[in-house]
Amino acid sequence: MYPFNYHKPSSVDEAVSLFLDAEDPAYLSGGMTLIPTMKQRLAMPTDLVDLSGVQAMRGIERQDQKLVLGAFTRHAEVARSEVVAQAIPALAHLAGLIGDNQVRYRGTIGGSVANSDPAADYPAAVVALGAEVVTNKRTISSADYFQDLFETALEPGEMIVRIELPIPRRAAYRKFPNPASRYAVVGVMVAQFDNGVQVGVTGAGPCAFRASTLEAALAADLRPEALAGVDIPDAGFNADLHASAEYRAHLVGVMARRAVADLLAS
Amino acid sequence: MGNLPKAFGQSVRRKEDPRLITGAGRYTDDQQLPQQAWAAFVRSPIAHANIGEVDTSAALEHPGVVGVLTGAEFAASGLNDLACGWMIHSRNGDPMRVGEHPALASQRVRYVGEPVAVVVADSRQAARAAAELVMVDYDELPVVSDVEAAAAPDAVVLHDAAPGNQCYDWEIGNRDAVRKALDEAAHVTEIRLINNRLVPNAMEPRAVNASYDASRDRYTLYVASQNPHGLRMTLAAVIGFGPEHKIRVISEDVGGGFGSKAFNYAEEVVCMWAAKRLGRPVKWTAERSESFLTDAHGRDHITTARLAMDANHRITALDVSTHANLGAYLSTFGSLVPTYVYATLLSGQYDIPNIYANVVTRYTNTTPVDAYRGAGRPEAGYVVERLVDVAARELGIDPAEFRRQNFIRTFPHATPVEMTYDSGDFQAHLDKALDMIDAAGFEARREASRAEGKLRGLGIGCYIEAAGIGPSARLGKLGSGAGLWESAEIRVNPTGSVEVLTGCHSHGQSHETTYAQLVADRFGISVDDVEILHGDTDVVQFGMGTYGSRSGPVGLSAIDMACDKIVAKAEKIAAHLLNVPADTVTFEDGEFASEATNERLGFAEVALNAYTAHHFPTTEIEPGLKETTFFDPPDFNFPAGTHVCEVEVDPATGVVRIARFVAVDDFGVIGNPMVVEGQVHGGLVQGIGQALLEQARYDDYGQLLSGSYMDYCMPRADDVPDFDVGFTETRSTTNPLGMKGCGEAGSIGSPPAVINAICDALGIRHIDMPATPEKVWRAVTSAA
Repeated sequence: MYPFNYHKPSSVDEAVSLFLDAEDPAYLSGGMTLIPTMKQRLAMPTDLVDLSGVQAMRGIERQDQKLVLGAFTRHAEVARSEVVAQAIPALAHLAGLIGDNQVRYRGTIGGSVANSDPAADYPAAVVALGAEVVTNKRTISSADYFQDLFETALEPGEMIVRIELPIPRRAAYRKFPNPASRYAVVGVMVAQFDNGVQVGVTGAGPCAFRASTLEAALAADLRPEALAGVDIPDAGFNADLHASAEYRAHLVGVMARRAVADLLAS
Repeated sequence: MGNLPKAFGQSVRRKEDPRLITGAGRYTDDQQLPQQAWAAFVRSPIAHANIGEVDTSAALEHPGVVGVLTGAEFAASGLNDLACGWMIHSRNGDPMRVGEHPALASQRVRYVGEPVAVVVADSRQAARAAAELVMVDYDELPVVSDVEAAAAPDAVVLHDAAPGNQCYDWEIGNRDAVRKALDEAAHVTEIRLINNRLVPNAMEPRAVNASYDASRDRYTLYVASQNPHGLRMTLAAVIGFGPEHKIRVISEDVGGGFGSKAFNYAEEVVCMWAAKRLGRPVKWTAERSESFLTDAHGRDHITTARLAMDANHRITALDVSTHANLGAYLSTFGSLVPTYVYATLLSGQYDIPNIYANVVTRYTNTTPVDAYRGAGRPEAGYVVERLVDVAARELGIDPAEFRRQNFIRTFPHATPVEMTYDSGDFQAHLDKALDMIDAAGFEARREASRAEGKLRGLGIGCYIEAAGIGPSARLGKLGSGAGLWESAEIRVNPTGSVEVLTGCHSHGQSHETTYAQLVADRFGISVDDVEILHGDTDVVQFGMGTYGSRSGPVGLSAIDMACDKIVAKAEKIAAHLLNVPADTVTFEDGEFASEATNERLGFAEVALNAYTAHHFPTTEIEPGLKETTFFDPPDFNFPAGTHVCEVEVDPATGVVRIARFVAVDDFGVIGNPMVVEGQVHGGLVQGIGQALLEQARYDDYGQLLSGSYMDYCMPRADDVPDFDVGFTETRSTTNPLGMKGCGEAGSIGSPPAVINAICDALGIRHIDMPATPEKVWRAVTSAA
């Protein structure tokens, strides 16, 4: 790791202003990607702006038909929260599947969503639930937020403050973990709202996306069997040591069917 | 006195655990010397290149840097290349072709991670930062990372000394007899399989702390090694650091080895050289990424094998052709692993009258390959047990029954490939294992799985291995550069407590406990009154370290024989103390007695008298009570067992879950069942890791794709089931204790058991390891 300057602001404004004043800064949330990258000397920020002291980025709250999660909420807090378990149990389940205990006690939802790792779990929920990403500047719809591999709509210095997730009638998340890293090779969240079914997919493509063909099939018939003949083209899908694009496309179908079964059983 | 319960054979708790699990172990990296400096290696990021200019000027200016040494300076040092300790001859009689292997490359690099320079600095951080400032010009060459590609006529050649990249073309057995049997066979089963390359992944990374005392002209090397004396011998006689008495090697606590710490590596040589040149102790501890790139890898065979059977389903011949990948250089035992500890085990547990094996090894632009837990024997067991399983299925016979029909039943049994099995009862562990896994209830469980949309399969792996390396004269004839006996020294103190010095080395094997159990019983004292000392060439007389499952049958046998000598001398002293004829003295349960008197003496009393020397003639009997033994086993010993695996496959995803796993092993006499069970568990996890999860993968540029835990899948607790472990016992006849080695068995029997179970579940002929979800899914899809 190279030397860097360390800052610990207590407000969003202070954090942003420290960031904008630094030469090559990085926000530090849980640090679950940033710190290993720095240790490998692949990242060498001049300044780290540690967000752990910003109270405005913390907390789990239900507001009418929305669940509001502060960006600094750690995965373990989501996994064990009564509020989350009542509002969106599938989200608590998802959080409990991330990494391992150590990761869950450090990693945060804001960090995960800001990083947009193609194999992260939270993005599936963000797109499936049609969440809104609230930053220090604006509110970004999940439809516009994820753009490409590690690319989001966030502008330089822009920081996620909270994430607002509409509460579905029912939802379920199924994950096929990478056996080595336990990241999602494929993760699928299926969410049923009064006005339709939404399916969010992570792991398969460069970033999380809504699977419209699956949604159309489930809109007509919310049963696993409805997905039987649905084509999932693998064009543009990720391929690595662990899974080809073709296998990932196949797994999207399997995980979606299983998520629907879980949803119906919930 | 005389009332202590026997400790040997009991599950005595590990004496070393309180130290190790409270963080009080002393590993190489814990050793902090005055004036300590740290090394960071500059390693090639390219798999194959000629080295151009090496510019160290920026690194030398970095704050804290003590020195920067390059391959060119090493070449001028007069030190010799790293060497392989086992000579193999090709079938045409030519000696193996050995490429140059300097500890620091100056002309050419041949794999990613090969060291080309070293930076020594006042801190680890400074060394590492400065290492990034060393500029090396690489003139890239074509790359070959696959053993079959290395054989192509137009393949790039790594070493001028090895045309066609071939190190040797070796054979064993009678080819003509095998050809004839194949021609006359009623049925021939042929299979091609890959034994996947593995990364050892010891928990403690390799580490070195080298210093040189100019006033005494003597080196001290702290090193995470499985074989401190062997390493000292190599550093002195092969590398050229001077005579052995000018080198002290210390390997105190070592956190796992699995073979990978039994070799002589470049870093030891370079740190010793740098310590003398720079006048500072030089420490280096591998980062995990360095471990992936530079710890010698394991396995990496491609094999085609044919099994011939007569009309009665009796095996008549086995023909094996193996291509083994040696990596870029011959590692310390690299030449041995695919030959005399591989092909000599191809008879398995079966009475096969004719066997022939041809092994061709080649250099490639990959990390050197050497012994990894099992070393050759897992590769052999996998060939035999896959082949037997496929043959049984082709013949329409129950695979267990087919094995039974062909088991060796009388001992000793000489196979056509060098080995003579001294003892065993293969039927006994097969029957017990099938019983323990409830094979009779399998079909019902298979139906239950099917009802849930899952595919269940049962697979057997009957392994045999040659453990307890080994009989020195025979090994010398087969090419070994060293003898492989083991030594023991027993020092009885005047108060009756005991120090045992062993040349074996514990890096997880529980010697401090198991060895103490035997000695405590022999002298009728408490396990707590026995201290086991190892791992320091200034303390221990000599030894050959621990690998090849030798610590029990060879190392402990030496201790047992030293106990005999102690008892014999103590009896003579006791005779004088009891005033009875020497030949009437007996020693049992810690008491010296004689039919000529009612008086009895305890072990401690005799020990004290041995040192006071007041009551016996020192002209006849020397004072003191200390004995040394060197035990050379007359042959290997042959642990064997049956592993049975039951898997449940999710056909939709290809995920394999191990539902049940039973291992029944014949380790002869067992010293500590808890410790042995632990060895079995560890081996099983490594074998299951090989079968399902682990694989070192290179791309076409020789870059290791699975170079971290993000991509190299180490098995975790939730990947394996609770193991059901049982034992059967036939005594080994090749050591006084009747023991058979237990360290490697788990990793030998389990891979074929797992793969046979998957093939059974899917109804397919073969699937290569590791059987990853995608591979299994594709097999399900194409079988449908």
